[in-house]
Amino acid sequence: MDVVNQLQRQFLDYSASLHREGFLDDQFTQLQKLQDENSPDFVVEVASLFFEDCEKLINNMARALEQQGVDFKQVDASVHQLKGSSSSIGAMRVKNVCIAFRSFCEAQNREGCLRCLQQVTHEYSLLKNKLQTLFRLEQQILAAGGSVPAIE
Amino acid sequence: MGLKLQQSQHQHHSVAVKVNEQTGTKRGYTFIQANRAWLPKFLLLWVMVMAFLSTWIYKKMDADIKVRRKEVLSSMCDERARMLQDQFSVSVNHVHALAILISTFHYYKNPSAIDQETFAEYTARTAFERPLLSGVAYAERVVHSERGEFEKQHGWTIKTMQREPSPVRDEYAPVILSQETVSYIESLDMMSGEEDRENILRARATGKAVLTSPFRLLGSHHLGVVLTFPVYKSKLPTRPTVEERIEATAGYLGGAFDVESLVENLLGQLAGKQAILVNVYDITNSSDHLIMYGHQNQDGDLALLYESKLDFGDPFRKHTMICRYQQKAPTSWTALTTAFLFFVICLLVGYILYGAAIHIVKVEDDFHEMQELKVRAEAADVAKSQFLATVSHEIRTPMNGILGMLALLLDTDLSSTQRDYAQTAQVCGKALIALINEVLDRAKIEAGKLEMETVPFDLRSILDDVLSLFSEKSRNKGVELAVFVSDKVPEMVMGDPGRFRQIITNLVGNSVKFTERGHIFVKVHLAENTKPVVDAKVETCLNGGSDGGVPISDAHQFKTLSGYEAADERNGWDSFKHLVSYEESRYDASINMTVPGETSQSVTLMVSVEDTGIGIPLIAQDRVFMPFMQADSSTSRNYGGTGIGLSITKCLVELMGGHISFVSRPQVGSTFTFTADFGRCKKASFNDTKKSNTEDLPSSFRGLKAIVVDRKPVRAAVTRYHLKRLGMLAEVAGSVKIAASACGKNGSSCGSKIQPDIILVEKDLWLSVEDGGLSLRMLDWKQNGHAFKLPKMVLLATNITNVELEKAKAAGFVDTVIMKPMRASMVAACLQQVLGIGNKKQAGKDVQNGSLRSLLCGKKILVVDDNMVNRRVAAGALKKFGAAVECAESGKVALKLLQIPHSFDACFMDIQMPEMDGFEATRQIRMMESQANEQMNGGGIDKGFTRKGEWHVPILAMTADVIHATYDECLKCGMDGYVSKPFEEENLYQAVTKFFKV
Repeated sequence: MDVVNQLQRQFLDYSASLHREGFLDDQFTQLQKLQDENSPDFVVEVASLFFEDCEKLINNMARALEQQGVDFKQVDASVHQLKGSSSSIGAMRVKNVCIAFRSFCEAQNREGCLRCLQQVTHEYSLLKNKLQTLFRLEQQILAAGGSVPAIE
Repeated sequence: MGLKLQQSQHQHHSVAVKVNEQTGTKRGYTFIQANRAWLPKFLLLWVMVMAFLSTWIYKKMDADIKVRRKEVLSSMCDERARMLQDQFSVSVNHVHALAILISTFHYYKNPSAIDQETFAEYTARTAFERPLLSGVAYAERVVHSERGEFEKQHGWTIKTMQREPSPVRDEYAPVILSQETVSYIESLDMMSGEEDRENILRARATGKAVLTSPFRLLGSHHLGVVLTFPVYKSKLPTRPTVEERIEATAGYLGGAFDVESLVENLLGQLAGKQAILVNVYDITNSSDHLIMYGHQNQDGDLALLYESKLDFGDPFRKHTMICRYQQKAPTSWTALTTAFLFFVICLLVGYILYGAAIHIVKVEDDFHEMQELKVRAEAADVAKSQFLATVSHEIRTPMNGILGMLALLLDTDLSSTQRDYAQTAQVCGKALIALINEVLDRAKIEAGKLEMETVPFDLRSILDDVLSLFSEKSRNKGVELAVFVSDKVPEMVMGDPGRFRQIITNLVGNSVKFTERGHIFVKVHLAENTKPVVDAKVETCLNGGSDGGVPISDAHQFKTLSGYEAADERNGWDSFKHLVSYEESRYDASINMTVPGETSQSVTLMVSVEDTGIGIPLIAQDRVFMPFMQADSSTSRNYGGTGIGLSITKCLVELMGGHISFVSRPQVGSTFTFTADFGRCKKASFNDTKKSNTEDLPSSFRGLKAIVVDRKPVRAAVTRYHLKRLGMLAEVAGSVKIAASACGKNGSSCGSKIQPDIILVEKDLWLSVEDGGLSLRMLDWKQNGHAFKLPKMVLLATNITNVELEKAKAAGFVDTVIMKPMRASMVAACLQQVLGIGNKKQAGKDVQNGSLRSLLCGKKILVVDDNMVNRRVAAGALKKFGAAVECAESGKVALKLLQIPHSFDACFMDIQMPEMDGFEATRQIRMMESQANEQMNGGGIDKGFTRKGEWHVPILAMTADVIHATYDECLKCGMDGYVSKPFEEENLYQAVTKFFKV
C-alpha cells in the first residue's frame, strides 16, 4: 500500500504542478470528474483525440504558412479549432498562445504567426509529454491496485 | 464578431457626428457672420459717410444763413438809400421852390420885393424845410459889361473865392442874397470856384438842379456837395434850347449839402445803426470814386457788400451807397451744433450697430462652439454607453466561467473551510454578475437597444416568485411582506415578464434593504380603477416634511398592513376598502362576469410598492432616479448597492409605457407607484402558454370556506386575496371570539351555508387573546366536539420562534402555521397538508426540483460540433447526467440525422462550424419540421405517426461567447436557447428545464 500511497501522492503533486505552471486549468479537472465507471478511459480518450487534432491542425497551419500567399483565413480557422479544442480540454497555455495567434492572423502578420506556430508546437509537445507522464502515473496507480485520487 | 459589430456601429456613429457637424456649419452662417472681417471697415465707412454728410449739412445751413444775411443787408441798404434819396429830393424841391420865389419876387416885381434882409429872414425861417442844407444863397448873373454898374449899385466889388477883387472875366456870379448861416459868401463870385463854375454852367444849360462832386465845405470841414439851381428871368418856352436857357438865366440859387451829417442823422434814426457800415460814393467818374460819406479804410466784413443806386435828381452825377456789415459774419453756431449733433448721433448709431454685429458674431461663435461641444458630449455619452456595454460584456464572459467553475468546485469534496471560501467567492461572483447585468441594462437602455418582449405571462405568479425571493430576508428582519392583486387584473397579460420581474425585484429589493420593521406591501390594480380614489386623496400631504409629526407609537395604530404608518396615505385602508368593496360587489355578480374593459386591447396596471422603511431624505428625493445616486454616501456604506437600480427601473417602466413616482417621508417610509401598459391576452393563446410559465394552482380547494381572523383589514384583505385565488370563500372576523361565535352559531343552527372549513388566525391576534383564556374556550368548543367536521385552525405568522410554535401546538390551537409572505402555491401546500387533500401535483413538483440528472436521464440528445474534442467533452458531460448522446461533426450530418421521423429529444448545436454553421443548420431543420407538420396536418393522422402534436426538436446553441446579439440571432433562426461552453451545470439546467418538463 505504501507504493500506492506514494504513487498517489506523486500523482497529486504532479497534477498540482501542472496546474500551477498553467499547463492545465480547471476544465481538465472537470474532464477528470466526468470520467467514471461507465467511461473509464474518458480523459485519455479525449486527450488522445486532442493530440491527434492538434497534430493535424499544426500541420495544416505550417503548410498554410509556408505557402507564398498565405491564406490567413484558413490559418485562422485552424487556430480557432485549436483554441476550441484546447479550451475544452483545459490546455491553458496552448489556448493562450492561440489567442495571440489569432490576433496575428487578424493582423495578417506572417512573422508573428510563424512565431506563434513555433510556440504552439512547443507548448503542445510539452503538454503531450506532461500528460503522458500523468497518464503513466495513473496507469501505475491502477496497476498497483489503487484508485486515482480526485484532484481538488 | 461582436467586436466587429461594435466597430461598425462606432463608424456609423462617427459618420453621424460628421454629418451633424456639416449641417451645423451650413446652417449657422448668417450675413453678419459671413462678413465678420469687414465689420470694422463697415464702421469706418459709416463714420466717414456720416462725417461727410454732417459737413454737407453744415455747409448748407451756413449758406442759407449767408443768403439770409445778404438779403437783410440788401434790404437795409435799399431802405437807407431810399430814405436818403427821399430826404434829398425834398430838399431839392425846396430849393426849387426858393428859386421860383426869387424869380417871382426879385425879377418880376419891380422894384425887387426881396432884399438881403428879407431873404435872410425868409430862409432862416424856412430852414427846417431843408434840414440837409447848411445854407442857401443866391448869386446873380453879371456879365462883364454890367460889372461896373452892378458894383456901384451894391456898393461892393465882386470878389473871388479867395476874397480878392475879382479879375476880369466874361461873366460873374456874385452872391447877393444869402442865408445868415452862409452870409460870409456874400459878394463872392461863384464862378471863380472851379466846382461852382462848372455847376453853374451845367445848371443853366439844363435848367435842373445839379450837384458838385463832394468836397470839404467852407466853414465846416464836413464833406458836402453844392446844389445849384438856375433862376431864369423870363418865362422859358416849353422846349427851350440851351442858348435860350443861357440867355434867360438871371442868377443861380445854391445850397450846400452837408452830406456827412445828413447821412449821420439819417442813420441815427434807423435801427441797426451799429450792425452795418454805410459808405456813399460819387461815381460820376467811374475810375475814381469820390467818397461822400464814411471812411475809406474801415474794418468790417469786406466779404459781403451791397450797393444801392442813389438818384439825387442830377442826371450828370451818379451816386451809390455801399453797405456792409460792421462785423464779420459770426460763425453760425446752430449749423455747427446741428451738424455736430447729427454726426455724434450717427456715430453712436454706427457704434451701436457695430457693437450689435460684434455681439451677434460672438454669440454665434459661442453657439457653434456649444453645438460642437454638445455633439461631442453626445458622442461621449454614446461612447460611454458603448464602452459600458462592451466592458460589461467582456467581463461577463469570463465571469460566467468563474461562476461555472465555482459551481463545479462546490460539487467536489471540499473541506468546510474550502467550501466556505468557494461559496463566498460564488456569492461575490453572482453579485458582480448582477451588477454587471444592471450596468449592461443601463447602457442598453441608454443606447436605446433594449426591446420589450410581448409574451403572455401570469402576473400573480411572478409577484409570488419575487416575494418568495425576499421571504427569507424579510422573515429574518420581521418585516411583513405581502402582495395583493385586484381581481380586475386579468389572469394573463401580454408583456415582458422578465422586465416586469426586474422592476418588482428592484423595488421590493430596495424596500427590503431599507426596512427594519413594519411591512412591505405590493399592490396591483387597474389604473382606471384607482383613479377616483386617488383624485379624492390628492390634497393629503405628499412628500411632505411632516416627519415626526405623527408619533409612531403602539397607541396609535395606522390602518395599514402592519399598523405602521406609511408614507402614502392613499394606501391606507380608507382607500383600500373602496377597491376591495368595489371588487366585492363585482365579485358577487361574477356569474356573468364579462369585464367591461375586456374588449379593449390593452390594460394599464398600477403597481405600488409600499414600505415602512427609513424613507428617502427630502434633499435626495429629486435625484432618486438618477443613475449611481444614492441618498448619501453613508447609504452605500450601510446598505450597499450602486444606486443604479432605480434608474433602470424608471427606464423600464417608461419602456412599458408607464410612469413611476414615489411618495416618501423620512423615518416613515416610501411608496413607489408605477403604471405599465400590458396587452390583454387572447383566449386562444391562453392555454398553450399557460403551462409554460404558470405554476398551476390546485383546484381541490374550490368551494371551501374559510374565516380569516384579523383585526387589520388590509392584511385580512391580502389573506383573502390569496384564498380567493385558490377558489375559496373567505370571511373576515375581527377577533377569535367573533369567529368562534360565528362557528358556534352556525353549528347550532345546523346546516347553514357558511360552515367554515378553515379558520386562519393572525399570530399577533392569537398572542393577544391567548392569555385571556379565549383560546381555551375555543379549545373547549373544539374538544366538546360537534358531530360535524371541525374547522381546521391555521396560524399566520411572519416569524415565529420555536418556543411559540411549540406552545401553540401544545395548546392544540393550531394545526399548522403558514409563514408569511403568503403565496398561493405555498398556502395551497400547507392547506393540503392540513386538510389531507390529495396532492398529485405536489409530487410532480418535487421531481421538477430534482437534479439535472433526473431531467436528462434517458433522453436522447444530439451534439453537433465540428471540433472533435469539444464534441467529446460535451458528450461526456451530458452522458454523465444520464443522457444518451449521439454526435455529429457538421451541420449537414446533423441535418441528416434529424430527418423526420427521428427520436432525438434535444439537440445541442455549435454555432461556428465550417460549411454549414449552427444558424443555417437550425433554419433548415426548422424548415424541414414545418414541412413535416404541414404534411401531417394535411395528410391526416391515419399515416400512423406515433407522436402527437408537432415536430419541434429543442435546439440549444453552444457558444463560448455569450453576447446578447448572438442570443438574439439564435432565437431568430429558430433556436430555443443557448448554453455556454464549456457546460455549466446551472446554465445547462436552466436551459434544459424549459423543454423537459416532467
